[in-house]
Amino acid sequence: MNIHEYQAKSIFHESGVKVVKGIHCTNLEQALEAYDKLDSKVVAVKSQIHAGGRGKGNLYNPESGELIMEGGVKIAFSREEVEEYATAIIGNKLVTKQTGGEGKIVNNLYIESGCNISHEYYLALLVDREKKSVLIMASTEGGMDIEEVAEKNPEAIHKIWADPLNGLSREDCVSLSNSLGLTGRICEEMVEMLEALYSMFIERDCAMIEINPLVKSESGEIIALDGKVSFDDSADFRHPWRSELRDISEEEEVEIRAHKYGLSYVKLDGNIGCLVNGAGLAMASMDVIKLYGGEPANFLDIGGGANRESITAAFEIILEDDNVEGILVNIFGGIIRCDMVARSVIEASTDVGLDVPLVVRFSGTNHVEGKLVLDNCDLDVHTVSTLSEGAARIVELTRGGE
Amino acid sequence: MSIWIHEESKVLIQGITGKQGTFHGTMMDEYQTNVVGGVTPGKGGQIVELPNKNVLVFNSVLEGLEETNADVSVIYVPAKFAATAIIEAADAFEQKGGGLIVCITEGIPILDMIRAVARVNEYQNVRLIGPNCPGIITPGDKGGCKVGIMPGFIHAKGRIGIVSKSGTLTYEAVAQTMSVGEGQSTCVGIGGDPVNGTGFIDCLSAFENDPQTEAIVMIGEIGGSAEEEAAEWAAKNMSKPIVGFVAGSTAPPGKRMGHAGAIISGGKGTAEEKFAAFKRAGIYVARDPSEIGNVLVKALKDAGLR
Repeated sequence: MNIHEYQAKSIFHESGVKVVKGIHCTNLEQALEAYDKLDSKVVAVKSQIHAGGRGKGNLYNPESGELIMEGGVKIAFSREEVEEYATAIIGNKLVTKQTGGEGKIVNNLYIESGCNISHEYYLALLVDREKKSVLIMASTEGGMDIEEVAEKNPEAIHKIWADPLNGLSREDCVSLSNSLGLTGRICEEMVEMLEALYSMFIERDCAMIEINPLVKSESGEIIALDGKVSFDDSADFRHPWRSELRDISEEEEVEIRAHKYGLSYVKLDGNIGCLVNGAGLAMASMDVIKLYGGEPANFLDIGGGANRESITAAFEIILEDDNVEGILVNIFGGIIRCDMVARSVIEASTDVGLDVPLVVRFSGTNHVEGKLVLDNCDLDVHTVSTLSEGAARIVELTRGGE
Repeated sequence: MSIWIHEESKVLIQGITGKQGTFHGTMMDEYQTNVVGGVTPGKGGQIVELPNKNVLVFNSVLEGLEETNADVSVIYVPAKFAATAIIEAADAFEQKGGGLIVCITEGIPILDMIRAVARVNEYQNVRLIGPNCPGIITPGDKGGCKVGIMPGFIHAKGRIGIVSKSGTLTYEAVAQTMSVGEGQSTCVGIGGDPVNGTGFIDCLSAFENDPQTEAIVMIGEIGGSAEEEAAEWAAKNMSKPIVGFVAGSTAPPGKRMGHAGAIISGGKGTAEEKFAAFKRAGIYVARDPSEIGNVLVKALKDAGLR
């Protein structure tokens, strides 16, 4: 789960990480009120969406597609400018490098006091899968895209790892700060902030914290000028407070709906819908469709606990996508029995009025019974015995073959 | 032989009185797995009826090990408690000279797993497989040792070792070996979580040292760089032929594909990179899981094994 910058900063503040004063708003009136309240000569007017690259993004009118403003984060030097920028941002569509062409409608705005910057840094905390510990990564190239820095100037990135059982060592924090050129009092301040962030990462079960830029102010303070935080969803059960931070408008509605039925669904751009048990097999089914010249319309893992209800929901979700011209069902029965899936497929197809070709491949538990059920039903369904055959068949059928 | 478990392995089930534990305990027993007991805190002394025998429930893993001398513990407890269950098993096995922990549970918080894996790694003789995996199976002459949720009947004893991040895709690989008349020595599902216990290299190394295993099928998926590292390691250390497949060539970047670890982030962890690493390492590549059988036959023939 991702949260907005203004939410991340509020958690930073609670966790002892310095931020500048800011106010969250959702309309122009609030934005102007925030400006008055902040009483700062210069303020940043920041679009709040979950995707990055906001500063370099562009705002468009969601209906006409007309360009409204370049840049989703603006520095305002007067009340008038706040009004101009807030008007251009709220309700319009922000397209950034990370949103894709569709962009995101901006419903939230953050007005933040100005800050005199003496240097910008990059800082991130994340789980290092290979080292199986929390990695803290910093660079003097603040404000830059970290992947670009990693490519062009990898020696500018400095890393330390927390010990899984003993936590973050102070010596490592000092050495990380030193490698950023920070010494003396400012180094102390950096170390304290690293410790605060690490505690926040652990206590709140974060998946990632990224601050870009982290700045040294002219008055010598270390301040988080941006904040991108995501949480490990598996730990939701011990963090009930998270539900209040959730912005459903930032998530794919259909993915949430699928999740309710124990389905794992990701929409893609192709025309062949897939319904598979198991994440690896679901990916492999997509890959093989592509290998046979087709394009998968989705990833869909029905999970180990699938039943008639969830399989019906899966069919509905697949068919909501207007691009779908055929469906491949690929089940390797383990706990799931193929005959149960067969009956569910028939009922679901009838319920939703299936009008595209359907190819079913069963293997594993009760696959013979499953095939028999399908072969003896009224539904126009093609049964095959391997994934290759299934993929070849559905590609052929969606191209108008018989 | 086989790796890590064999037909006589004594298996304890953590969470045996739960729905999953009882169901899969029954299936394991039906496959002739030597289930020797179960653990559910607070339910010590209860009896669980399995098809072939009744087993006793213990309050703790340590008590269970003391009473049964089990050398494997399989975990079917809910995600909230699973890391604690792993640590309990690790501590108990360490006291008793070592053992294998197999954690089936899906959805364990990643920071819990970091702590649990670190604890397991402190003990030289304790191994963790999983979490979020189908488990490990060594088919025998009749039944065998099945520690997990895989359908037993699709397997047969043989000479192919299988290691995979995925569940049903592992079954697919098993079916592929069977389709060309080959059985399996041991099949290990290492799981699709970003932080897990046993990895590809551990499995490859064990298969290399196992006389029963003559060739290996390795199934990876997008995310992380475990496949690349394993390929590089295999190029230097493996004499036995390996057939490899990676799922997720068509997965879009930045989207989690079902498994917590199956995500291409920052352009890293793509299937193409992994396939390329396989090729560099001399691993036989199958681009379609339905081709694993044919590619395996070629690998065996090239090695003079068929």
